[in-house]
Amino acid sequence: MNKTPLKPKEIDALKRSVNFDEVVLGYSESDALAEAARCIQCKAPKCVAGCPVGIGIKKFIYQITQKDYRAAYRTIREKNNFPSLCGRVCPAEYQCRKTCIFTKKDEPFASDGAINIHFLERFIGDYGMKNKISDVMGTGLKPVPITRPLSKFKVAIVGSGPAGLCCAGELVRNGIKVVIFEGLHKTGGVLRYGIPPFRLPRDILDFEINCLKDLGVEIDTNFIVGKTKTLDELFVDGFSAIFLGLGAGIPSFLVIKGENLCNIYSANEFLTRVNLMSAYKFPQAHTPVNEGKHIIVVGGGNTAIDAARCALRLQKRAGMKPDTTIVYRRTEVEMPARRLEIEHAKEEGVIFRFLVKPSEFVGDENGFVKKLTSLECTLGEPDASGRRRPVEKPGSNFDMECDMAVIAVGLKANQILTKVTPQLKVDKYGDVMVNPETMETSIKRVFAGGDIVGGEGTVIEAMGMAKKAANGIINVLRSL
Amino acid sequence: MKIMDKEILSDVHGVRILRMDIHAPLLASKASPGQFIAVMAVEQGERIPLTVVDSDAKKGVITIILQEVGLTTKLLGRLNPGDSLYSMVGPLGYPTEIKNYGQVVLVGGGVGIAEIYPVAKALKKAGNKVITIIGARSKELLILEKELKAVSGELHVTTDDGSYARKGFVTDVLKDVIAKCDNVGTEQCSVPTALVYAVGPIPMMKAVSSVTKPAGIKTLVSLNALMVDATGMCGCCRVTIGNETKFSCVDGPDFDAHLVDWDELTKRSRIYIDKEKHICNLNKL
Repeated sequence: MNKTPLKPKEIDALKRSVNFDEVVLGYSESDALAEAARCIQCKAPKCVAGCPVGIGIKKFIYQITQKDYRAAYRTIREKNNFPSLCGRVCPAEYQCRKTCIFTKKDEPFASDGAINIHFLERFIGDYGMKNKISDVMGTGLKPVPITRPLSKFKVAIVGSGPAGLCCAGELVRNGIKVVIFEGLHKTGGVLRYGIPPFRLPRDILDFEINCLKDLGVEIDTNFIVGKTKTLDELFVDGFSAIFLGLGAGIPSFLVIKGENLCNIYSANEFLTRVNLMSAYKFPQAHTPVNEGKHIIVVGGGNTAIDAARCALRLQKRAGMKPDTTIVYRRTEVEMPARRLEIEHAKEEGVIFRFLVKPSEFVGDENGFVKKLTSLECTLGEPDASGRRRPVEKPGSNFDMECDMAVIAVGLKANQILTKVTPQLKVDKYGDVMVNPETMETSIKRVFAGGDIVGGEGTVIEAMGMAKKAANGIINVLRSL
Repeated sequence: MKIMDKEILSDVHGVRILRMDIHAPLLASKASPGQFIAVMAVEQGERIPLTVVDSDAKKGVITIILQEVGLTTKLLGRLNPGDSLYSMVGPLGYPTEIKNYGQVVLVGGGVGIAEIYPVAKALKKAGNKVITIIGARSKELLILEKELKAVSGELHVTTDDGSYARKGFVTDVLKDVIAKCDNVGTEQCSVPTALVYAVGPIPMMKAVSSVTKPAGIKTLVSLNALMVDATGMCGCCRVTIGNETKFSCVDGPDFDAHLVDWDELTKRSRIYIDKEKHICNLNKL
């Protein structure tokens, strides 16, 4: 028995870093069987508790060992409508893999020996997709027992990101009519504008969303709730409940001098141009994005890594020498990004500079950024997040050449709806406040989940909240 | 999103200014003066913001006016009645604050004239004395003169080259209008100007601001910063107002002209100038 998981096949770093094709190819059947065989089928498995939506991990891994992939697919779909998607983007090393029996005590994330649960999930998700067994949700599964038919109810979902899609899936499985309202011209929210195609190929995303449409979910794009229509108007239109999956749509900046110079992007702008608007295909796609000779990405999360990997690809595609640096004020251990993405970024040639805190951008006569001044840091005492706090070293100022920068230091709540809906109670961050048991907001029959509730989280955490909200909605509808 | 009607307002050496009526019942019932929409002509196209010039809730139709200056506006311009836009969303941004100020002066330059029209109409309806000043490079580029005349107490027209009406800039007339009111209560000036609302090219809005600032007249401008999603998500349209960074799309588009960092706005409007030239050359525009 192998002590460490099988590494799934990947495209060579040199080859892949000039295109936006998927990097990780995933497990073959024999890989999946070998990896599943490593699972010791714990009597009291802890992995399930590490999954925000509670997938029957032990069960589906056992079903893989029995080569009953259909059953494994059904097991996952019972809890998660989007296995191919989550198998690709879940930060498993902080979730199911971290609680796996093979992770050593007190590790900051999963040990190397932990079962590669997400790759097994992805294998099964892709198996379902290839073999068109996606409709088991409608046929193969036992219908959830309901005391009253819910089919007469219509629920509006605001936002088609992870939370909205998940909530829609849960509701439609209970026979409820669901309409998703999406502000952009395409569905998926952060899955489409934020996560690059080399991590989540668009055909996978489209497939998972089309599964929902096949189940009867209606999706209305170009519709901004709060602008196109208000919540009150949706109730007047006959919706019995509303779920808000608005997301954390507003970029934070460093708030340092020179940050509005040309060629300084928020990660949201840079990634939206590249991913949603396909700027990497310019001029075939018409939205432009600039390529710098010396690109600096500020931040330590998945968004920073995604931005850096996109930036490096743009440089290579433009025939430039790749020079993309991530600066982060803590060290690699404290980076919130997925370990695999950090590795991938390094392999592709992204440079990392740790313990660096930007203090000023300096521009040229045309208003374009030309250098970044920063301070060196050391690590101090742990802060509220439990991570050691960066402490500036006085007088340690130094300059880096920088003709383009991407600021990836977090996002704030999207406020388009909350600003025009004063009855909707928000906290000091602008996040929507909910009853944690039901996810109901301060407005009756309006529920919320995802980043608009918890601040920035992961795709699967958003889905966990959405599932809880779906239960809350179902309970309310039953009482009507 | 279907185009119902299209009219060529101006055509100078192939650079056209077009009016389009678009079927959009929800938008037509919601849009207020000063608000805008984000549109895409084709799937691989850019999202660009355009002001809602007029809306007819009964017919379910909104009106936009655009000048064909780059690839995206040319692609929009090629669409004909019966065609549909790839996408359109709105209304976006805060509406202009409409109330009875007393006397207001509206200043429009170039295609910005289209943007002052709905505001002029609403301010007139709110009981204001509306003085309108519009300017263009030449006579052929002047739009909406007749429409603005109908909603203005006074209408002044300038052309840069003197091919029509007064030769000069809108600010020349603005200075005269303000000077007339140096002595409020005289025959020329019964009430002082309470508000100046200006939309046009950045240099024009900046010039208007420098005229009204010393005179202490409240001045609003509708900023046309570059945008992507136009819903507050990307920050491409950030502008410095006073000492604060604001997003034109969700915090504007109207801002106090005297607080705008015009130099920054000018520079940021040129971020993609090379790429724009490149794509226009490729498409032989």
